[in-house]
Amino acid sequence: MALRELSSLEKFLGLKKPNKYSTQGDRKVPVLQSNSAPSLVGLGTIATHLAQEAKRPDLLGASAEERAVIQQWLEYRVARLDGCAKEDIKTILKDLNAYLEDKVYLAGNHISLADPLMYYGLHHIITDLAVQEKEKYLNVTRWFDHMQHYPGVRHHLPPVVVLRNRVYTSGHH
Amino acid sequence: MKLFVSEGNPHCLKVLAVLEISGVKCDVQHVNHEEKVVPFLSRPTLPVLHLPSGQFLFSPNAICQYLFEVSGKQTSKQSHQWLEWEATELQPALMHALHLVAVQGKTDSAKALEALLSFLEQNLSKKTTAFLTAETAEVADIVLWAALYPAFLENGLKIGELKSTRSWFEAVGVMPACKASAQSVFKGKGLEALKGYLQKQPAPHGPQAQHKDSHIGSSGSPAESEDSDRVMTQEEIEAAAQIWNQKIDCQSKPERKHPILPEKGKRNVLITSALPYVNNVPHLGNIIGCVLSADVFARYGRQRGWNLLYICGTDEYGTATENKAREEGLTPQQICDKYHAIHTSIYKWFQIDFDFFGRTTTQRQTEIAQDIFWRLNERGFLQEDTVEQLRCETCERFLADRFVEGVCPFCQYPEARGDQCDKCGRLINAVELKEPQCKVCKQTPVIRCSKHLFLDLPKLEGSLEQWLERSFGTGDWTTNARNITRSWLRDGLKPRCITRDLQWGTPVPHPDFAGKVFYVWFDAPIGYLSITANYTDQWEKWWKNPQEVELYNFMAKDNVPFHSVVFPCSLLGAQDNYTLVNSLIATEYLNYEDTKFSKSRGVGVFGDMAKDTGIPSDVWRFYLLYLRPEGQDAAFSWADMALKNNSELLNNLGNFINRAGMFVSKFFEGVVPQVTLQEEDKRLLAQVGWELKQYIQLLDKVRIRDALKCILNISRHGNQYIQVNEPWKKIKGGDTDRQRAGTVTAVSVNMAVLLSAMLEPYMPTVSETIRAQLQAPPATSHVMLQGEGNFVCSLPAGHHIGTVSPLFQKLEAEQIESLKKRFGGQQSQTINQNNAAPKPSAPSAAVVPETPVKADPELAKQLAAAVAEQGDKVRALKAQKAEKAVIGEEVAKLLELKKQLALAEGKNPEPSPQKGKKK
Repeated sequence: MALRELSSLEKFLGLKKPNKYSTQGDRKVPVLQSNSAPSLVGLGTIATHLAQEAKRPDLLGASAEERAVIQQWLEYRVARLDGCAKEDIKTILKDLNAYLEDKVYLAGNHISLADPLMYYGLHHIITDLAVQEKEKYLNVTRWFDHMQHYPGVRHHLPPVVVLRNRVYTSGHH
Repeated sequence: MKLFVSEGNPHCLKVLAVLEISGVKCDVQHVNHEEKVVPFLSRPTLPVLHLPSGQFLFSPNAICQYLFEVSGKQTSKQSHQWLEWEATELQPALMHALHLVAVQGKTDSAKALEALLSFLEQNLSKKTTAFLTAETAEVADIVLWAALYPAFLENGLKIGELKSTRSWFEAVGVMPACKASAQSVFKGKGLEALKGYLQKQPAPHGPQAQHKDSHIGSSGSPAESEDSDRVMTQEEIEAAAQIWNQKIDCQSKPERKHPILPEKGKRNVLITSALPYVNNVPHLGNIIGCVLSADVFARYGRQRGWNLLYICGTDEYGTATENKAREEGLTPQQICDKYHAIHTSIYKWFQIDFDFFGRTTTQRQTEIAQDIFWRLNERGFLQEDTVEQLRCETCERFLADRFVEGVCPFCQYPEARGDQCDKCGRLINAVELKEPQCKVCKQTPVIRCSKHLFLDLPKLEGSLEQWLERSFGTGDWTTNARNITRSWLRDGLKPRCITRDLQWGTPVPHPDFAGKVFYVWFDAPIGYLSITANYTDQWEKWWKNPQEVELYNFMAKDNVPFHSVVFPCSLLGAQDNYTLVNSLIATEYLNYEDTKFSKSRGVGVFGDMAKDTGIPSDVWRFYLLYLRPEGQDAAFSWADMALKNNSELLNNLGNFINRAGMFVSKFFEGVVPQVTLQEEDKRLLAQVGWELKQYIQLLDKVRIRDALKCILNISRHGNQYIQVNEPWKKIKGGDTDRQRAGTVTAVSVNMAVLLSAMLEPYMPTVSETIRAQLQAPPATSHVMLQGEGNFVCSLPAGHHIGTVSPLFQKLEAEQIESLKKRFGGQQSQTINQNNAAPKPSAPSAAVVPETPVKADPELAKQLAAAVAEQGDKVRALKAQKAEKAVIGEEVAKLLELKKQLALAEGKNPEPSPQKGKKK
């Protein structure tokens, strides 16, 4: 999974030459092999490295604060979201929903590395949600839908139908 | 910039050490573990860095990286990699191992951690630099050092040699910044400080368990891990054996004599449960939220020998009652009488043991409310103002707050009520609502002026804050209660209207405001006082006696501000030495099978239906208390209820108690045999004593759900004890074996008596049944729950027990399925009906048409006229106060016309899905 995700990320970043990856351990942690430098372990570390390689510092944040917020969400992805217990999923969605209430992107006012990585990590969860649940976590689904339509992000994942248009608002009754 | 940290939390050690090293200027605030700093996270998380931009950093490693960067140092890729390893690999294994050692008292740490530590050891032994990645300590060094700090504490984890790791650990630890922060976080208390932190964390999954599919619905309930045996010290074991042999008087039990009044030198506890509103049947969420929770605490307190009074009653005034009366063709008083009786019988069935269950529509209520009013008026805490109020011209009356709905002016929630928004929780003035609608006729109300009185909350804010600080410091306030109260104060208090243009209420005695009544939220909490006054003339001994009385308020979280801000302000302003709340216990919400309880949709179990399920009241109590929404919302689930009944009550608790009793009657002719305690028995006594002590500590702090876990742990210990010793085999052996069987049986049956005492607050009938079956002396519970708890031998050798029979019944899958269907709401039925009837013009609420409906402008015009005409007809009928059935029929026609109109206009007549939430 993580490997396909990294390959999608490479495309999103516009990296021409694909890197070589392997995985290690039961959790299939990705490892970036390189001939010229020591190998790198861990999705967040590799993704950050790739963004630097692609000369996309904008994706890593323009200020120290922004960089910290982006790193925080990368860590959240790998430490909280990946492999979380089933009963934690609702809490995660609830928290994200509250966080995204007044936000378009996870960090700052433009896309950052945190957005595609959280999108990849959440995809299987959002796929499993019922329509009512998608409505319940409205801000998450709005952000998610935005991400899957953002040029160059989706790649290896199937699109998820997230919202039905309600023809009526409740005001008409 | 501000950094929030707590004691004993290794993550806080990380950030404090890095802060010190980086030299970045930043305020540091020490808070307790349950402080919710980050508004969007549901679980309290620390440390937190509040950035100058207003954003929150809640990941300790991100905070560390940020502080390093601000001080001009970059995080290298290697360092970054270690940080990720720490967060994803080391932390889960470490938390699991520390939890086993510090909380459960186990000595061996987890295997998974060993592998990780040896990985670190290898890396450190091969390195060529002084520290992990460089010649100086980088951010990764500090983070790993702090993470491992608790593991290297004295009596911490048993970890192997790890030579390189140790010398690296010491090299980091001697840095002054690390030394100072370790002192500041662990305060020299070592493992104890860590334990305090770990206990507040959700029980960690083992690293392997993480990927396993865990059962949904078990979240939020007390997680009883099978391997939670705590290792007892020799002293604890000897002490437990001594307590067991104490001679005690189990015969004389203190009796309850009414009226109960405060007594000097005793612990006087006054317990109130939020007054349920009279015009509705309470649902399970209402029951667990207030009356049942308070009942458990009250029963427990009585066992502990506190001098305790538990009062409650129905809240009867207000427009909702007036309206219900109009609906049912009765007077408001008749409605109150009718529903008061319904409430009383429901609580009786649930065995809620009030000392007095009263009501608010009494002469006492008028006297006390008016007295408080005059006192506030004399002291200048009331101001007069003209208010713009919403009036519905169709219904010809001023609209009470809950009869207006509209869009919340703060958060745009479309179904905000006139007094408060359910979504953002802010208070609203009904006239500020956008797009207001009369809830009854859906017309837009007009704004009219009327003169009203206001409680001057800003003037009282100072004394309120002073008192709150004391009450927060000394009492038990649930975290949500503290947070809600703080957020109210942070937003600043505004004058609050206490009068209303209604009839059904306590009259305002002021001549300038004749014909008005008190606003229900000024009036209702005074009900606590007046209900007590109806119980005893000497009510002031409870309510004007803050020196000797401790007041506990139980409620659901939506009620908090009225009990922590508004009502205390009324009492503080009245300046009559009133007893104010010391401990405020608020629950979160209970949902029904992941949706909300809804009377109108018939979703969920309501108080009066519970007894029709055939499931005993005690089992209902047990399950509701087992999932009591502490800390976060919980959901009632039939499948889970059956599971908990069958696994916990039947197989664990009931099985143990029944076996213990059966051994006495089958093998020893119903007479308790002689006990010769061996080392193993003493260890069991110590284990049980330890659980009992936990139970008492938890219930003293009103941690009702967690304390229930201790009971289940004891019977689990008991089952294992019987299983290992096999008395049914030993009874057939020689003298030594027979004696052993006797000891095991006698210890077990005494444990059953202890369990009956601990169960009393939760399952009173079961508790009584156990005592009757074992013919236990009356005061055993009382004795066992004194002090820190005493597991004494209360059924000595020679005691005759009664007839033993099973306590619980299995809940079968079919039974549960049929109950689930019965209480699942009408939605599924509606779908079926609509699918059966090929009527395309009336799609049901649950069916969303996939294709847009075609519009027909000509038909729409005709229908619009018909709707207008029918609407006039309905309004006319309502104005004439026609019979309900007649109006209902015409309204149905109107709705059908509106639906057709919508279709003709090409709109989707699907009502919004939130519609049904309203009750």
